[in-house]
Amino acid sequence: MRRHAANSNHHSLTADLLRPVLQTSTTFYVITAVLGSIVLAGFGTWFYQIYYGIGVTGDNWPVFWGFHETNFVFWIGISHAGTLISAILRIVNATWRRPVTRCAEVITAFALMIGAMFPLIHLGRPWLAWWLIPYPSERGLWPNYRSPLVWDFFAINTYLLSSLLFLALPAIPDFALIRDTTTGWRKKLYGKLSLGWQGTPKQWHRLESAMHLMALAIIPIAISVHTIVSFDFSMAVVPMWHSTIFGPYFVVGAIFSGIAALNIVMAIVRKVLQLEKYLQPIHFQNLGKLMLAMSLLWGYFVFNERLVTWYGNTPHEMAALWSTQMGRYSPLFWTMVFCNFILPFPLLTIRKLRSISATVIASVGVVIGMWLERFLIIVPSLSYKGTPYSWGSYMPRWPEIVIFSSSFAAMALLYLLFSKFIPIISIWEMKVGEHPEIKIAAHVQEAEAAGELP
Amino acid sequence: MKAVYGLFATPELAQHAVDGLRQAGIAEHDITIQSSEPLEEYEFGSRDRHTSMPWIAVLGGAIGFAAAYFLTSITQQAWPINTGGMPIVTNWSNTIILFEMTMLGAVFATVLTLLVAARIPGRLPKFYDARISDGSILIGVADLKNIKKMEKVERALQASSVGIQTVGIN
Repeated sequence: MRRHAANSNHHSLTADLLRPVLQTSTTFYVITAVLGSIVLAGFGTWFYQIYYGIGVTGDNWPVFWGFHETNFVFWIGISHAGTLISAILRIVNATWRRPVTRCAEVITAFALMIGAMFPLIHLGRPWLAWWLIPYPSERGLWPNYRSPLVWDFFAINTYLLSSLLFLALPAIPDFALIRDTTTGWRKKLYGKLSLGWQGTPKQWHRLESAMHLMALAIIPIAISVHTIVSFDFSMAVVPMWHSTIFGPYFVVGAIFSGIAALNIVMAIVRKVLQLEKYLQPIHFQNLGKLMLAMSLLWGYFVFNERLVTWYGNTPHEMAALWSTQMGRYSPLFWTMVFCNFILPFPLLTIRKLRSISATVIASVGVVIGMWLERFLIIVPSLSYKGTPYSWGSYMPRWPEIVIFSSSFAAMALLYLLFSKFIPIISIWEMKVGEHPEIKIAAHVQEAEAAGELP
Repeated sequence: MKAVYGLFATPELAQHAVDGLRQAGIAEHDITIQSSEPLEEYEFGSRDRHTSMPWIAVLGGAIGFAAAYFLTSITQQAWPINTGGMPIVTNWSNTIILFEMTMLGAVFATVLTLLVAARIPGRLPKFYDARISDGSILIGVADLKNIKKMEKVERALQASSVGIQTVGIN
């Protein structure tokens, strides 16, 4: 009886989680085509921008950083959802993490790739980007290790490589499972991807040790990445950038937006792939609580940053500050405050309101709010630099808007394709997590069979 | 050469079979165990736990640190740019590169250790059974040379398995 309970549970788990990989509906092709077209439009616009020059964008004197840099910081921030949260939950051995970790890690991998594209997109001559790569060249061009952009190169690549490995390694046993349960080209493909995985105790121990060690390494790496992204700004003597709290402020903002993105993705995956049984309200509630904590911390940093600037009362900083509080950027600023604080606070604080829908509404608000926050960090400060004769403004043009939109489509497309080829919830980790439940279920069945239960 | 294995539906039965094989005089390292999930709470699933992986990760970190130090300092000395009165080799700002490459070294060393220790990529053994992925646990003995031993193994596995299989391997 107990054997039957355990095996039937395994079968249903495997069948549920492999369904999206093994079955393809027409809707999948339609969505892929739509998203693919938007991504192609983005690439087309980028080529247009390369051909006609960066002047086709709204970037102009004195604001040379606009939408592209906002997108860069935003996507790097979104990437903090995954690997960092997954690593923390692994280390504290939070059992509820199991269905969430891979959903989260995928966000990191793709958000980093998309984010890292934006400095290239912003280059007038992107084919020279490889000059950043440090190697001795005959041209005598050496990278300047004092430059925050070179720090970005190292930090983002370290995080990207670590995150990809952190995502790929626990997928190997799942590849082995697909290898064993399929035939034809899938068997061949997943046979290669599973690298001859057998599931011996030694392999399991080494995999778990490796995951634990990598989780320990990835937490400081993730924190360093967004701290270094903040250095792109805080190392410059520009109003409201040259601040010592920018490091933690950026890290908190990144985790905040990352959790929000994770909530949205989980809700979509749950609905579209019919995984309601695995992605349960408890996961949204726990992530919602974490998001609430980040919302409070974010509010604290915003208040702190603005209070110190106001108290300092230097003319150019005050000009930048007032432009966001009461001037031309104030609608964006107050929308940001609404989205990041006023909206999520009641939805996530009041237990009765903290449903999946409410968490998703709050998360959508936070993603919008955090994009606005990145924009408000970059553009108003560049509009009001130290010399008043060089004050100006920024308005995006269509190329930036198309590329911005296509980055979201790229994220959705990459996520969709990933979930088509790899189970979006780690099957073996779910099985491990089900041990206690299987035991309880088996005991209940045994008790029922013995007539011990009414 | 022959190999014999049995498939077991629950970890308890698998544990029983492993105990039986030990009693039959089969050496620990000759017993093959395969499962579709880690079963560390059982004695048979917790063998081979010892690993030097953390120390190798530290060593990898040290190598990454040294590589970063040489990369930054040699590069800066080879193309000395005097910026704002800062020293040519700017150790403070190089700390960021040193940190990132140290962590990357540790991560690479961890992954390399996993690949070597877990012998992946590798080939599946001839007695691998795809039913493992259905939740069964494989307990078997490869390298069986003499018939007497094989009978003992079959008896030990027969007791509780859902079926045993004898395969020829070379």
